[in-house]
Amino acid sequence: MATIVEAPPVSPPASEPTGGIWAWVTTVDHKKIGIMYGISAMAFFILGGIEALVIRLQLAVPDGVIVNEDVYNQLFTMHGTTMVFLFVMPVAAAFGNYFMPIMIGARDVAFPRLNALSYWTFLAGGIFISSSFFLGGFPDGAWVGYSPLSTQSEVIRMDFWALGLLILGVASLLGAVNFITTIFTMRAPGMTLFRMPVFVWMQLVVAFLLAFSLPLVTVGLFQVILDRNFGTLFYDAATGGDPVLWQHLFWLFGHPEVYILILPAMGIVSEVLPTFSRKPLFGYQFVVFAGAAIGFLGFGVWAHHMFTAGLGPVAETAFGLMTMTIAVPTGIKIFNWVGTMWGGNISFTTPMLFAVGFVAMFTIGGLSGVTHAIVPADAQQHDSYYVVAHFHYVLFGGAVFGIFSGVYYWFGKVFGRMLDETLGKWHFWLMLIGFNLTFAPMHLLGLNGMPRRIATYGDGLGWNYWNFIATVGSFIIALSILAFLVNAVRSYRRGRPAGPDPWDGRTLEWSTSSPPAEYNFAEVPVVEAIDDFWYKKYGEDEDHLPVRLETNPLDPSALESDEEHHVHLPSPSYYPIMLALGIVTLAYGFLWIPIGFAVMAIGLVIMLLAIFGWALEDIDHPMGDADHNGGDHQGEGHDDGGGDDAAAEPIGALTESDGGE
Amino acid sequence: MGSYSTVREASTSIKRHRLAAGVGLVVLSLVLAACGTDGAQDSLSPASERARNVDGLFTFTLIIAAVVFVLVQGAIIYTAIKFRRKKGEEPRPVKQIHGNTRLEIAWTIAPALILAGLAVPTVQTIFENAEDPVNAVEITVTGHQWWWEFDYPDLGVVTANEMHIPVGQDIALTLRADSGDVIHSFWVPRLSGKRDLVPGHENTLTISADQPGLYLGQCAEFCGLSHANMRLRVYAHEPADFDAWVQSQLAAAAIPPAGDESLRAEGWELFLGRGCAACHAIDGTEAAGGGLNPGPNLTHFAMRDTFAGALYDREPANLSAWLANPSDLKSMEPDLNRGMPNLGLTDEEITALVAFLQGLN
Repeated sequence: MATIVEAPPVSPPASEPTGGIWAWVTTVDHKKIGIMYGISAMAFFILGGIEALVIRLQLAVPDGVIVNEDVYNQLFTMHGTTMVFLFVMPVAAAFGNYFMPIMIGARDVAFPRLNALSYWTFLAGGIFISSSFFLGGFPDGAWVGYSPLSTQSEVIRMDFWALGLLILGVASLLGAVNFITTIFTMRAPGMTLFRMPVFVWMQLVVAFLLAFSLPLVTVGLFQVILDRNFGTLFYDAATGGDPVLWQHLFWLFGHPEVYILILPAMGIVSEVLPTFSRKPLFGYQFVVFAGAAIGFLGFGVWAHHMFTAGLGPVAETAFGLMTMTIAVPTGIKIFNWVGTMWGGNISFTTPMLFAVGFVAMFTIGGLSGVTHAIVPADAQQHDSYYVVAHFHYVLFGGAVFGIFSGVYYWFGKVFGRMLDETLGKWHFWLMLIGFNLTFAPMHLLGLNGMPRRIATYGDGLGWNYWNFIATVGSFIIALSILAFLVNAVRSYRRGRPAGPDPWDGRTLEWSTSSPPAEYNFAEVPVVEAIDDFWYKKYGEDEDHLPVRLETNPLDPSALESDEEHHVHLPSPSYYPIMLALGIVTLAYGFLWIPIGFAVMAIGLVIMLLAIFGWALEDIDHPMGDADHNGGDHQGEGHDDGGGDDAAAEPIGALTESDGGE
Repeated sequence: MGSYSTVREASTSIKRHRLAAGVGLVVLSLVLAACGTDGAQDSLSPASERARNVDGLFTFTLIIAAVVFVLVQGAIIYTAIKFRRKKGEEPRPVKQIHGNTRLEIAWTIAPALILAGLAVPTVQTIFENAEDPVNAVEITVTGHQWWWEFDYPDLGVVTANEMHIPVGQDIALTLRADSGDVIHSFWVPRLSGKRDLVPGHENTLTISADQPGLYLGQCAEFCGLSHANMRLRVYAHEPADFDAWVQSQLAAAAIPPAGDESLRAEGWELFLGRGCAACHAIDGTEAAGGGLNPGPNLTHFAMRDTFAGALYDREPANLSAWLANPSDLKSMEPDLNRGMPNLGLTDEEITALVAFLQGLN
């Protein structure tokens, strides 16, 4: 990642080690890690997008000849794997890393080195899976890796897939544990759970979903690896193994995974809509509970991915009805978002356009989702292009629109310069049109009998027209992404300076400088309400309308006159990247057993050295001074009855929690 | 808006209306252009009672979904327009409303009621379609990478890729796959929803057809390299025609008699001599194979319209190309026993074999 961009120059905090690439490689700063997550995810997004374009070119006309079946199967497998595991998930981690600590008034996450390990392990896993291209071909068993197809092929492609997902699973689990701990223990004074921004709530729900669902697919992946390499027979029907077991294990993870992908975007939208409507989120508690309910219910509907597997009418009824219930909390969210806009003073900036686009497109995906719960109808829709249309409305119209809303919303905070609005609007409208042209016709294609995952289709089935339209649409999407990339590069260099609070925001991140100092807050904020920053800026007149207050609510770090603050921060460490390197070396060696044993040994040695080095590392910064006064604001304007003890804990003395790693 | 609009605003609004009309026209023309297509594999033209049940249920759901769609999208658009800040306008303070419990309860209960309304016919249809078939023709369907085997155990008929059924009668399918194979899914959209063929499991599915005709289908569960090329056909006949078809399948294979010196006889020799019989059975002959052959049964090959997973028309040119190198016509993995290997046949051998195959009435 030599191309990682440096943040624009701000007065560097005293504790900054040497600059340049090493500052990034060894960083444990949640913001730098967030930026690295974001840029890596964008790189994978482009990769996955190119795969999608080749797929669409192949299907533009019947009997396509752009690629053969073998290449096509690799492309759609990697398109799905890349977009799910290497784009949407890490992008959510990017936003979570960068903003979750700031939004709860913390100076970093609970386990900063673990956070770095999480990123490097993700990157190693992503490069590992993608490198299969040069080592015998991409995985080719679809992103769901159904057995016994995944255990049948003798080439190592699916080993790449299974091992790669295991590595990525490690990264996600570490991140989940870290986020849960951070949110539960490191909130600023007064930041009770029910004063947390909904974005933080959704990150919390996602972290729990990851923690409980990843172990399930991990079991399955180990079984696949054992079946493939060590002669076990978990999925071999000849000896009583059961291929359907994989489907249960995969979808027990895979359905919560859907919410892992969409909830962060819902969180982003729940921040953006209030800001640009200049109103609080409508029904805050209901939105939070709906999010948590979606998370819970998400564990009880996995078998709706298996309605054609022959579960029998009783199980089908149970899972069909359970699936329908998910529409209720989802509906609550949509109605509350509209309620947020209602009566507001809405400015349609680019982030707002993407947020409203999210609500509109996600609604379509939600409605087609209900039609999947109609079990007999799903027997027609299942594994057809109708399903492809449905989940792209949820994951592209939903997650991706939400992600871009977040990118336009927070770019200025992260890089100190705003993205250009004109190019941004081009991006939005092109993407909205391209997206609908690509995916709306797929509903019809699926109902007209076109199965998914087919490399070619015959002429005369009535599928030619919509397939061609879909391909045209996909290139319009590509054009919109191009507009975004141009915008990002140009604005990063010479965009309008953002200032601390460009949108008149409501949450704590807007009270700090853009980009925030390494320590986030010179003074730890004391929180008194939901949307605390807004209420520090605005009082109420006799008509209950907001009136700008005279006081300045900004954190001292955001002020010109700010001096250096002696805030103790965790030391940089190169053990996280070293450990990740060890893990991926081990995985590469595993692919070529027995020759690979030597490589595996090297990987193990690197891992051991890294773990020992990590454990014995001096946790005090050699250059910083051990100033533990981060908690000296404790007590000022103390939380008046928030009722949550954890929130009243002093924060700032990071060494305490860091030591617990 | 409204009474305060200046001339300039009015003209932009006309432009907007024109734009909207233009977009509407484009959408309409896109949809119209797509109509009138051939739909032999179209789930929206159901041709059996069960498929119609499903289609009716889907249409009912779709209507409700369309109403919800219009209401929600309408609310979004209305809100976005009504409460938008006009160009050049300063941010205006608005009341900081945090919510409304009554509304929350209302929009929790309303969707729940709608869903309950959907649940009733859904559960009904699930159980209706799961009812045991009555007086059915039984067919065992085996999914292979990448072709279909249809076995009529009561009738003693075995065929490949092309299923023949009588109209107006339940067809009870037993769906299976060999243990060394992978999962496939049987899907003929006009006759029924799909159901998987899973190694180690035996699934069942009941289909039927109202009218004689050709119904197309294909494998719907990704099954490896040539998944896209695993297609199938269902021919529905009047009962008498179906009986005739069964009789034709039960007839002895058209094998050239001993001493025959025709091209066909040469092909038969090659069929036995070049290893074809190791994979393909011809019932009632020395190439019968005892039901253990991994490839399609060819007893009445020349009575089929297609071959190679219903991918190609059974024409001499296609057959010749296939025999020259099967993998050129269809991606396969013969080295791994998935698909037909290249037998290295000469042009003369191919000509003779094609003549023989085309004579297997």
